[in-house]
Amino acid sequence: MSSRFRFPHVQMPPEATALRKEVREFLAEEIANGGFVPMADCWASAMSAEFSRKVGQRGWLGMTWDKKYGGHGRTFLERYVVTEEMLAAGAPVMAHWVADRQSGPQLIKNAKPEIRDAIIPRIVSGDCFCAIGMSEPNTGSDLASVATKAEKVEGGWKVNGTKLWSTGAHGCDYMITLLRTSPLDTSARHQGLSQFIIDLKAPGVDIRGIADIGGQVHFNETNFEDVFVPDDYVLGEVGGGWNMVVGELALERSGPERFLSTFIVLQEAMRLLVNNPTEQTKEVLGQVVAKIKTLRRMSLGIAGLLQEGASPEMEAALVKDMSTNFERELLEKLRKVLPQNILATSEGLLPGLLRDGILRVPSSTLRGGTNEVLKGMIARQLGMR
Amino acid sequence: MTETDTIIFDTANRIFDDLSTPEVINAAEEGEWPKALWQAIEESGLNLTWVPEANGGIGASLLDGFAVIKAAGAAALPVPLAETLMAGWLLSKAGLEVSSEPATVGLGEVQYVNGVLNGTINAVPGGRSAKQLVVVCKDGNDWLVAQVATDQCQIAAHNSLAGEPFDSMTLSDVTPVQSGVLTGGMDADSVQAMGALIRCVQAAGALSAALELTIEYSMERVQFGRPIGKFQALQHSVAAFAGEVAAINAAADAAAEALSRADGVVDHEAWVEIATAKTRLEEAVNTGAAVAHQVHGAMGFTYEHRLHHLTRRLWSWRDEYGNETVWAKRLGEEVLSWGADELWPKITAVSNA
Repeated sequence: MSSRFRFPHVQMPPEATALRKEVREFLAEEIANGGFVPMADCWASAMSAEFSRKVGQRGWLGMTWDKKYGGHGRTFLERYVVTEEMLAAGAPVMAHWVADRQSGPQLIKNAKPEIRDAIIPRIVSGDCFCAIGMSEPNTGSDLASVATKAEKVEGGWKVNGTKLWSTGAHGCDYMITLLRTSPLDTSARHQGLSQFIIDLKAPGVDIRGIADIGGQVHFNETNFEDVFVPDDYVLGEVGGGWNMVVGELALERSGPERFLSTFIVLQEAMRLLVNNPTEQTKEVLGQVVAKIKTLRRMSLGIAGLLQEGASPEMEAALVKDMSTNFERELLEKLRKVLPQNILATSEGLLPGLLRDGILRVPSSTLRGGTNEVLKGMIARQLGMR
Repeated sequence: MTETDTIIFDTANRIFDDLSTPEVINAAEEGEWPKALWQAIEESGLNLTWVPEANGGIGASLLDGFAVIKAAGAAALPVPLAETLMAGWLLSKAGLEVSSEPATVGLGEVQYVNGVLNGTINAVPGGRSAKQLVVVCKDGNDWLVAQVATDQCQIAAHNSLAGEPFDSMTLSDVTPVQSGVLTGGMDADSVQAMGALIRCVQAAGALSAALELTIEYSMERVQFGRPIGKFQALQHSVAAFAGEVAAINAAADAAAEALSRADGVVDHEAWVEIATAKTRLEEAVNTGAAVAHQVHGAMGFTYEHRLHHLTRRLWSWRDEYGNETVWAKRLGEEVLSWGADELWPKITAVSNA
């Protein structure tokens, strides 16, 4: 087994402990002074540019990026501490989440120096946010089938088509967009794809919110009509988009947001459950905490792999599959031990968190690669494909 | 693992590969003691893995001992090596001598009055195969660890789901060979927790081995013109199995590491990690054994196939030293004592140690 998947044991360095304390104090202060109200699935449904700017000012964005590009040169474990604390508190981190997690590293690796230098410092300060442009109306799990195209024109590219499910795009500055730059060759479907940095304020870009099953607008449809993208805004080599996307997905799938999206619901439910707990309540709490602790151990192992410079695609797929199932299971277990009709009460945060949690959680096992796609990747790693 | 200890691990694997064969395991179930296997274990000193070199043991670290136990689980070892190591751990925590004979630990109601032991202990793993039985009982305010020779006990033979000794052992006015007070602030519950941890580590090994057998078989067995492992439905089951294997290995390792940080004492932090692992074990065993058998088809359901050496042990270990309901409730009580505001700090506290 150890030869198939590797989850190194991670020892938190002392500086991470000090940092954790700092982040907790910041979050407690923000909650106390009304800076935010804790939300379920906060990284995909709680957007606050103001909060993100404060996080940036604290030095908690672009933490692992090299100082020479404007980052903070800190470890993946330190970043892990900051992100897991924010998630556990249900903080409104959505605005900066994608830029900090994957767009920034992508830009540092593949953007033209002058573009990189113009954007990265603004991401780090919490003044520039990014969205993902991968899925399309006819492209979901089969990402290589993207049809939104970029045609070469003088000095740049002309983009036409539609991107779908871009979380937070309505509040973002740029979309890192996967586009077809040469016609689909069915024998080499992963070729002819390129990544572009598209300015969402550019003429011809039209962003429309899409309401989810709870009636909330967190993701979007983005239409591109003859949008001009200058040559400098191509990421890396033209035609090299696929490998870039694969690397980005490893980052997208590997973090603690995959098992902590519903943690805040548990925390608030505990306020009720501590009173006269039944045997079933005890059992449920034991089961869910055992799972959280185990998933966290595995998730930290992935942070350890990132720190080693590895690209833990398979480990990330495995942990994401288990973690996202757990996010739903947690709510299913909790509702069995919470009072009936709790949603019809308005005391405290719990009713709202539980409602949002239940209505948001179908997204957990879809976004960032469905669990079926992930299981296929795991099977490949096991030598079965 | 240190370099020296890699040798221990390699030695263990070599002995297990050579001498814990399907034939030997089946014969053991028929009551034939695997003499050659135990002899090789004694000669290599694996049974004294945790005993200091000064006392004639190997003096390996706790984690290296757990690596041996994991390998023993993967090999479906039909001798009470894990029980012997546990007995040795318990004796040493009471400052007692550790012998090289097969031994086991009995947890149950035993009275210690006027220097003799009385009581019946049920479901003793390895029972009649062991030469020595180590029990834990109250002596005034202390917890006493006492060693008795198994030939001084009346034994009612029972078998576990794996067909291994799972005996009732009755002590009637038995004088201990040696006895001492359990140290480290530990009690009978701590000893049960150690047993639970050992079962989790064995199961992590056995599940890893069952996964390998399953993948291998799925690529060999051809139906509808292709290996059954090429079918997506089956791939997804095996992928879920792999996740469970990764999870129980992570949980068991975390618990073993916590014990190691506490110098082999089941302190509070180690107890929480053990409760986590034993609670988590159920789903890993349920999913893993079910998928392994499903993929192996009728072939894997036969006595002749070696898969049952692993799955029957897994089903037994899942129950031993407290099943998942027992442990989940205990862990739940602990979580309730933390309260809402300390929940997250407690969850993150371990990695800061």
